[in-house]
Parts: sequence; C-alpha cells; structure tokens
Amino acid sequence: MATKVHVLVGTKKGLFILESDADRRSWRLRGPFCETWPINHAIGDPATGAIHGAGGNEWFGPAVWTSPDLGDSWTHASDGLAYAAGAAPVKAAWSLAAGGGRLYAGVEPAGLFVSDDGGRSFAPVDGLQQHPSRPDWQPGGAGLILHSLVLHPEDRAQIWVGISAAGVFHTADGGRTWAPRNRGTRADFLPEGQTYPEIGQCVHCVVMAPGADGRLYQQNHCGMYRSDDGGESWRSIEAGLPSSFGFPAAAHPRDPETLYLVPLNGDTAGRYVPDAKAAVWRTRDGGATWTALRRGLPQENVFFGVLRQAMATDRLEPAGVYFGTSTGTLYASADEGDSWVPAARDLPTITSVETLVIEA
Amino acid sequence: METPSATDAAAGRPAVLVRLPAVLVTLFPDAERRVELRVATVGEMIAALDARWPGMGDRLCDSTPAIRRHINVFVDGRRANLATPLAPGADVFVLTAISGG
Repeated sequence: MATKVHVLVGTKKGLFILESDADRRSWRLRGPFCETWPINHAIGDPATGAIHGAGGNEWFGPAVWTSPDLGDSWTHASDGLAYAAGAAPVKAAWSLAAGGGRLYAGVEPAGLFVSDDGGRSFAPVDGLQQHPSRPDWQPGGAGLILHSLVLHPEDRAQIWVGISAAGVFHTADGGRTWAPRNRGTRADFLPEGQTYPEIGQCVHCVVMAPGADGRLYQQNHCGMYRSDDGGESWRSIEAGLPSSFGFPAAAHPRDPETLYLVPLNGDTAGRYVPDAKAAVWRTRDGGATWTALRRGLPQENVFFGVLRQAMATDRLEPAGVYFGTSTGTLYASADEGDSWVPAARDLPTITSVETLVIEA
Repeated sequence: METPSATDAAAGRPAVLVRLPAVLVTLFPDAERRVELRVATVGEMIAALDARWPGMGDRLCDSTPAIRRHINVFVDGRRANLATPLAPGADVFVLTAISGG
C-alpha cells in the first residue's frame, strides 16, 4: 500500500488537486475541475473516497460537485438545495462536511442542507432557518454565508456552524434546534457597551481540536479564541500574535494544543500579512504562546491574504500543513510548519484548502 | 425547483426551436445545442428541458421561481420571462449574460 496525499484547492476558477506521496516533497497539479466554476470549499470523504466541491456560478447558481474517482470524472447536483418559493434563492454553496454517511452543505444566504445519497440530492436542515435570531443576521463582506461546518466526530447529533456575521450556533439534536455559542467573543464594530452580544459576531473560522473533549478554536474578525466547553464560552488567545485579525484556522490532526493561524494586518489596513512578511503562527500550548513560522515563506513585499477556508493539515506523521493565498500560491509544509515550499503558483485566487490522504 | 409542466394543449403543435449555450450543454453530457420542443410558454420549455436532462432547470431558474439573473432567454428576438408564451414555431435563444471577472 502506498500513501497518497491529495490537497484539494478550491479557487475562484475551479478546483485543483495537488498530489504527492507520503514524503510530500514534490507535487503534481491537476485541474481546473468543475468547469472552472468558483469553488468555495472542497472536501474529501475518507469513508467513500469521494471528493465534493461546493460552489456557485454567476450564470447557473449553486451546486455541489462530486467526483468518485479522485477527479477523473465529475457530476454536479442542486436537487433540493433551495429555499421555498418566494424566499431569497440560494446563491452559492459555501461549506461541506461529511460524517456518519451524510454530507452537509452550508450555503449563502446562510442555511444548512444535508444529503443522504452522497451529494446527489439535498434536504434543508430547517431548524437553523427557524432560529428566532434569523431576521437579525447581517451579511459580512463576503455575504451572509454559512462557512464553518463542524461535525462532532462521535456524537452525530452535534453540529457547530459559523455564519458571517451572525456568529456560532450549535445543535445537540441533529439540527432541529440551535443555540448561539458566542459568549466571550467580541463584536468591535458595534456601539460601545454592546460589543459582547448574544449573536451578530463576525466569526471567520471555527475548527475542532482532535480528541472530542469540547475544544474548539475560532478565528474571528475581532480576535482569536479558544473554547473548552463546546462553545458555551470562549476566551481570547490573541496575546502574542501580531494582530487580532485574520481568516483561517487549522487544527493539528492529533495534538489538541497545537493550532495554526495566519494573522493579517487588520481589517482596515489592507488585510495582508503584517509588515508585508509572510508567516504562519503556531501554538503548541493551546494559545498561551505563539511562534512565527517563516522558513521558506517570502519576507519582503508580500501583500497576499489567506481566506477563511484556505488552510488545512493532513493526518500524516509529522503533520503536513497547507495554505493558499489570495494571489494563487499554495504553500506546503511537511514538518508541522517548521519549513515551507510553494507547491503550486499562479493559480486563481485560492478560496479553500483541504486534504485527503488515501492508501492506494 | 418547481416549474410548470408541459400541457396537453402544447401537444401536437409545431415545435419551438430552442438553442442552448455551449457552456450549459457542457454540464449535461447528453445535451444538445439545438432542441425542438412542443411547449406553450418559457416556463414549460424549461420544465421540458429539465425532464430531458435532469437538473438543467436549476441551472436556468432559481427557486423564486424566475429565470436566473445572468441568464437571458430571447423569444423571437425579445427578452422573455417564465410566463412568456411561445407561439408555434417560435425561435428561442438561451444565452449567458456578460458577467464574471
């Protein structure tokens, strides 16, 4: 058996797949797939080996693309991926998560759908739309999008979603009822005295640490956070980082204390890497201290950003870490972030990065 | 997506000639650029296309329901909507609007 690592790179102009062996030293690029549709997020389902891409096309609307054979062939589907007649139509699919034989899709305007047939058809997870706070959800810069979709690895009834800019919501009953999970996260863009609301936070990315003990991490428009109780409460872990602003977060595959972030220089300062020098920031102690990882990354005149879904780890030992830039470069590390190489350059704007490791 | 189904009234009438854009046809492996349909409205036309190539209706219409914002349907040279009638022998062009970046 040979280990194959696939890095799934969603871009504004289709999905690309980078492939390597367990050494992860050289990479082969394939694509663009999905007829060059904008792909906001793509995942590999380890249970089936299928690749799914969530996107939306200005002409043809939302769809979830599926390849059963690592990109050789594709189908697209949007059957059921729609709100009721008269409601604002679904514009694009934004996020995917697979688990327990189900495929979840988050969409814009924010909502959640689920497929029980591998992405051929979808049904609404209505409870989220019926949350009493729904009329108050406000769109963020990218629209009113459901971008973070976290499934509990053992308890299939538990799901966390991140919605810009409504905040984090959690269900413990498979999606029938939802509760906000925003206590302790700031909304600096609200009036003085109202910066810790129940909902309305501009969450950028939520990830779960391995181990299923309720540890979540969050990159917010206004700070970086950690929760040890499934999002019931959050505390800031931004001390020691160069800014409180950024988009992606990536958890380590085995160590719940290790997290990767890419802080940017600020929401009104250009949203590129601080001091025009690229760095991924890593904590090994749950956010108490941070180290800048720069080896192999450009350190002069760098003006890229990294979008909310554009960083991921793989499950190998040592863990691989990957991030894609707004300028179309995919950086890869095969040593937990200690050093980096560009695995692909000159792609379209990269919107998402995920990995699929298979034994072939 | 729900669109009107083809009516019995349309059966037997001269076919409408529908021309589809290549970028749409590419999405459906068996689809053709020129299609003859016996339908009485644009809505029926899209329902008939969806029946022939499942999923094509969603690519052309949203759930409002309405023709998608960046899709244009021209009937005998005039921009149409879902309710636009199709006279027997009508000439229909489905076109993608200029968009993107």
